[in-house]
This record gives sequence, structure tokens and C-alpha cells, in this order.
Amino acid sequence: MSLIAITVIGHDRPGIIAEATGTLADLGVNLEDSTMTRLRGHFAMMLLCAGQVSAENVEQALSPLTADGTLQVSAREVAPEDPSAASARPYLLTVHGGDRLGIVAALTRAVADAGGNITDLTTRLSGDLYVVAAEVDLPATADEHALVDELRRIGRELEVDVAFHPQEADVL
Amino acid sequence: MSTSDVVRDWSEADLGVDGRVLEVVRAPAGVLSAASVKVDPMDSAVVQLAADLVATMRVSPGCVGLAASQVGIGLHVFCVDVVGHPKARTTHGTFALCNARVVEASRKEKGREGCMSVPDLTGDVKRATRLTVVGQLPGSAEEVTVETDAFEARALQHEVDHCEGFLFLDRVAGAHAIFPRKTYL
Repeated sequence: MSLIAITVIGHDRPGIIAEATGTLADLGVNLEDSTMTRLRGHFAMMLLCAGQVSAENVEQALSPLTADGTLQVSAREVAPEDPSAASARPYLLTVHGGDRLGIVAALTRAVADAGGNITDLTTRLSGDLYVVAAEVDLPATADEHALVDELRRIGRELEVDVAFHPQEADVL
Repeated sequence: MSTSDVVRDWSEADLGVDGRVLEVVRAPAGVLSAASVKVDPMDSAVVQLAADLVATMRVSPGCVGLAASQVGIGLHVFCVDVVGHPKARTTHGTFALCNARVVEASRKEKGREGCMSVPDLTGDVKRATRLTVVGQLPGSAEEVTVETDAFEARALQHEVDHCEGFLFLDRVAGAHAIFPRKTYL
């Protein structure tokens, strides 16, 4: 059984998911974790799939998607990883403000320097407004207050509003 | 005494039987997706089930509520206890309800929920923060009205949903609202 990372990206139109996943099902390739979304009018799919076929065969089978030149497809074999989340304190980082170069770079550098691991991050550019939302795991040893101070300092420097809050789920 | 006070005064000791710790079933077990059957709150099996739910909730770390479907039994019974939870405001202590239904719900807010029956995922779910639930107490069959808010309201809606065959996964706030569950330090 191989684990295959598949990406499909390009001009959005109805039916991309149905065609791609139909091909995978016909190959006996099981779609495990995935994320699929529109990014500035492009449709982007990132899929982790398991099956008894090679990545080359998967890419070949998906090649009809690329026939009109509007979609790019890649399939690569990847090593299995432990899907369970590491033990950590979860936080949500949100940022909004005027668009400028380097907002994500500066803030994620601060998170990384504090030992934080970003497990999900979305950015949206809407006119001049730039928005970032990120899920951050902090290890027990991380200094949360120092990180918050640093994120605020960067926010002031870049003239964006930064919020960093615990994001604990309640078990019901 | 208002029925709200009756609920506050209730405890599992009122059931008169010892609760047993039962195994919690996990999705995709079919029992979690089926509407539960209404019960006779005086039925001795229902009384035992209520005691078992409380006992199972007590031994489960962080658990603030448990529905019968979560222990594999498709009966309309659940228990709740949010006392001490930092997000709780109004609380009614430990209580179990049979055949409960939501009669008023308002002021929805989004919050991230997990569930013992979906142990590896969490999801953002909008729930009413002002809630009125009507149900019957196991053992006495007394009809009670629980008016509550904040976290107890969320817990009650989550448990009533279980009784109706819904998981938080049926209520998530969007396609990007399901997350891997974190292990807290």
C-alpha cells in the first residue's frame, strides 16, 4: 500500500472534484485526508490517498484533467506520518490590516522562533484588506506571553491588528 | 419550588441504584446516527441506564455530558454536569433527563466542540446561548423545565442532538470547520 500526495490546481469549473475523485475510486485509491478550496478563482486540491498503485500511474490516470491546459496535476509518493496531533496547547492567530509584503513571513517567524507549530493557515486578500487565520500549537515549554508581546510588536510595525487566543475545544 | 430548583436538587443518589461504567461507542457506529426511542422514566431499566450514564460520565476525563446512544443504547436519555467548567454561567448540577426537547433557543454563538464518540476530531458549531429544555427526570417522571445559558446550554443541545441521532459533525459551521483533536497538555 503506498501513500500518494496529489495536487490539482487551476481554473475553477464545475466537476473537477467529481472527475478527479471518480478516477481515484476507479483505481482503487482511497481518499484519506484532503483539503480543497478556491484561491483567487483557481481551484486547489491537496489530497493524501492510499492505494496499491504507483504515483506515476495515478498521475497518468488523472492526466485527462490537464487536457485543456487549465489544470495542473501532480502525484508523488510520500512517507506515512503519524496522523495524531502532537501534545500541545492550541491557539488561534488572526491578523487583519492593509496589505503589504511580508506580514505572514514576519508573524510566522515569530511563532516558529517561540517553538510554535502552525497546523493550518489561511490568507485572503480582499481589495486592500489582508486577512490571516492560523491554528498554532505551542509546546508546554513555550513562553506564551513573550510570543504575544512579539506578535503585537510586529503587528504595530506592520500596521496590522493581531490577536492570539487559546482555542481549546470542549468535550461534550 | 420551581422545576429548575428540582433539577438543581436532583442527584444520581435519587435513582437508588449504583451506576456501572459502560463502554463509550465511537462513530461510525449506527446507533449514533439513529433517533433514540422515547422512554418511560419510571422503567427500572431506564433508571439503571441513567445511573450508568452518570457513572460513565464521572470516570471520563473532561466529560460534561453523555447520551444513551453513546453507550450503544438507542433510548432518549442523557446526563449533564458542567459544574466547574470555566465557560459555564448558569448551572443545574448533575442531572439526567428523559425525552428532553428544546422549546426555546436564541443568541447563537460559535464554539469548538469535541465528543467522546468522535475522539480524534473537533468542530466549530453554532449553538444557542439562551436555552429552554423540557424533559422528565428518571425515576420520578416529573416534567421539568431547564432554563439555562452559556456552556450548560451548549452541552444540553449537544446531548439532545445525540438523542435525535445527530453528531456535532452534522452541525459544523462550514467546510473548513472540522479539525484534528489536539491533546492538551
